[in-house]
Amino acid sequence: MRARVLVRPKAGILDPQGKAVERALPALGFSGVSNVHVGRLIELDVEDGEALPAMCEKLLANPLIEDYEILES
Amino acid sequence: MKFGVVRFPGSCDEMDALQAAVRVGEARLLWHGDRDLGGVDAVIVPGGFSYGDYLRVGAIARFSPVMESVAAFAREGGLVLGICNGFQVLCEAGLLPGALLPNAGLRFVCRQVDCAVAEAGTPFTNACREGEVLSIPVKHTTGRYHAPAEQLDELEARGQVVLRYAPGQNPNGSERDIAAVCNAERNVLGLMPHPEHAVDPLTGSQDGLRLFESMREHAGVAVAA
Repeated sequence: MRARVLVRPKAGILDPQGKAVERALPALGFSGVSNVHVGRLIELDVEDGEALPAMCEKLLANPLIEDYEILES
Repeated sequence: MKFGVVRFPGSCDEMDALQAAVRVGEARLLWHGDRDLGGVDAVIVPGGFSYGDYLRVGAIARFSPVMESVAAFAREGGLVLGICNGFQVLCEAGLLPGALLPNAGLRFVCRQVDCAVAEAGTPFTNACREGEVLSIPVKHTTGRYHAPAEQLDELEARGQVVLRYAPGQNPNGSERDIAAVCNAERNVLGLMPHPEHAVDPLTGSQDGLRLFESMREHAGVAVAA
């Protein structure tokens, strides 16, 4: 099974990378952009999709600072 | 007193840590693939970029064979000092509370900072006075200490915040100016500043030595430095 895991900085935690991108876009002439956050995309083939949440909790994300979302494709 | 300094692929401060430890005792390197800690009295997890810092800082190093032994050593009350990347590894391993995030300013910071001793009653600061200011360098990109607010309250109430950046000197946006935290049992300490780079007059400050002297004092070995 092919899976995608999206990892995002937890809401409420300062995300300076998102802020930097948010500030850079108007400088390039793109207006009306707000609430930018930068996360990670992890793509993987797994034999046992049931194991994905545990993989996320133990390694792919740090639940203290990140939220994750598992997408099957 | 015998120190063991862990070397991961990507460590870069293990030799300075070794040299600092040698000033107060004996020291040897511990390879990341080994499980045997060689009967050391304290373990130092040094700075650097363990396993390339892939995925997240400290995330992969946490699963190395040596860290299994370090975790068991810590659970038995052994002294473990994590410096910079070592701090990140100990947080990822759950041996210390919280996590380290990219610096608020997104820049690599490399400078001398003043750190006030917030808690002198630990094996790592018992040679210091409470409130004493130590001048120690930082050099990192991912040093912003974070924990949920209620956990920060708890850490402060229990005296687990051990060093704080002096007012106006917080280099990375760490919550509540936290530079060093210890676990509830006080035998594991992590800090972003590099005490091992501040042990010789050549580099401007010997304040970092106080942490190593504290550890020796705690171990109860009276060896002349």
